[in-house]
Amino acid sequence: MLKVTYRGHVGIGPKASGEALVAKDNFSARYDLDRVNGVFSREAHRLYGQSYVDKILVLNTAKGGVATAWMLHEMASRRMAPAALLLNSANPIMAQGAALAGLPFMDRFEQDVTEVIKSGDRVTVDPQSGTIIVERQGG
Amino acid sequence: MKLTEYEQAMLAGEFGEPKRRAIEQQIQVGQFFDAEDFVEISQAHIMGDTESLGAAGVAFLETIAAYPEAERRVSVPTITDPRGIDMCRYRQLKQRSEWATLEQRAIDAMRALGILMTDTCINYQTVQAPVPGQHLAFGDTGVVIYSNSVCGARSNFEGGPAALAAALTGRTPRYGYHLDRCRQGTHLFEVQFEPKNLTEWGALGAIVGRRSGSYWTVPVLTNLDTEPGSDELKHFGAAMASYGSVPLFHIVGVTPEAHDVESQFDGNVPDPTPITRTDLQDFYESFGRHDEQVDVVVFSAPQLSLMEMQQVAELLKGRKVHEGTALLVATSPENKSASDRMGLTSLIENAGGMVLSGVCFYQMYARETGRANGWKRLLSNSAKLVNIIGGYGYEPVLAPMEACVEAAVKGRM
Repeated sequence: MLKVTYRGHVGIGPKASGEALVAKDNFSARYDLDRVNGVFSREAHRLYGQSYVDKILVLNTAKGGVATAWMLHEMASRRMAPAALLLNSANPIMAQGAALAGLPFMDRFEQDVTEVIKSGDRVTVDPQSGTIIVERQGG
Repeated sequence: MKLTEYEQAMLAGEFGEPKRRAIEQQIQVGQFFDAEDFVEISQAHIMGDTESLGAAGVAFLETIAAYPEAERRVSVPTITDPRGIDMCRYRQLKQRSEWATLEQRAIDAMRALGILMTDTCINYQTVQAPVPGQHLAFGDTGVVIYSNSVCGARSNFEGGPAALAAALTGRTPRYGYHLDRCRQGTHLFEVQFEPKNLTEWGALGAIVGRRSGSYWTVPVLTNLDTEPGSDELKHFGAAMASYGSVPLFHIVGVTPEAHDVESQFDGNVPDPTPITRTDLQDFYESFGRHDEQVDVVVFSAPQLSLMEMQQVAELLKGRKVHEGTALLVATSPENKSASDRMGLTSLIENAGGMVLSGVCFYQMYARETGRANGWKRLLSNSAKLVNIIGGYGYEPVLAPMEACVEAAVKGRM
């Protein structure tokens, strides 16, 4: 088992852990998701058709509109949200949405998280200390 | 974050629970972005349609609305982005009555907070234009990029919960576009063609947005030998914000903070990236065409100005929209009543189009509404709309306003 710790900026929300779902794409809850069914619904997105519910969702940067701020809260209220969201670079909307939703959220890591984390890895996120631990079977 | 005595009292709950929770949430965001302190704002603009609020968001608003008036009232003039439902039209659009019920609950809750229900994403054209240096907490990316770039005001993208928190506390964390150092150019683009219509302005904004690509980039454009008006810059900015999450641009010789290229880059001017007419053509073609059938033609995103309302009305004068095609036009409540008064609404509706008030197409349950009406093949002159609506099960195509109206009349492109 391979186990590596990465540092990022201090984030928002409580500790969380789960299975990683990773792509180099960007992220907007309005543009990319079918929030009712908890799957990526934008065909051009690399995670099209995949469920993000309870996953540690790892993507590049935030894009698009302001709606995501309410949507994270709404998704969390139905327990249809990711377990945590990690981005290389956030925009205010994601941070504001995470603050209302209580969703664990971090960005600005030492390395490109979409490179060093693979889908299926087990990830533990600690926003208050600004660290994540990535575990990989057979690594 | 450094807090004033007033802010500390607010955090201690002395002005009630809604303001305590609001400032607590703001401090989390402020610390995330290394804000040193708060900046007082003079206006807030809240995005709070029920599609994005959901039942949970409406219940959250109602919780605040249940507090005593002194505790729940917003501290600065606060206005709203489009609603999720046009109460006069939702039945015709085959939208569900439970959405209207939810929308009415959201409206009642926001009114109880003292929020002015302007329901518009073009408040800078219809309610009050921001002024240079004014600190704001605005939602809707199109509103923010226009206010920052064209008006010289200062706002970050404030999502609904954040704009509401700022409205309650009268302040916002001082980071990002409130700071001088974040307003300097980061990317330089040389535009090698002259945009001819609103769609080309939108497409240019989209191309720049895609190539800039993050919230923290500030594109500077040169070589634009033209004088864009408010609607051109509206489409340009809305598309740039939509494709790139960009909140500020400078056009040398046009926008107020862009006197010359050198001062935008502190002397270290980067090599400019050219944008050519071929790039524009490639952008158009990436959406393809609808040769067989167009199901719905949409003018929206941003809402139409009075001048755009007149352009659409004139193009439709004496014509009939094809029976297999729907034509929708969305504008602000102020412009809707002006269009009624000036005979523009009747020109559009006599031709078979529908004028919607206080909504925007992608914020009004577009996925379910499309399914209920059999709409898939969509045509619009808005580069922003064709970007968003693909995720809602539509096949969007981009064309100028004239071509959109032609297609609506013929039923195909």
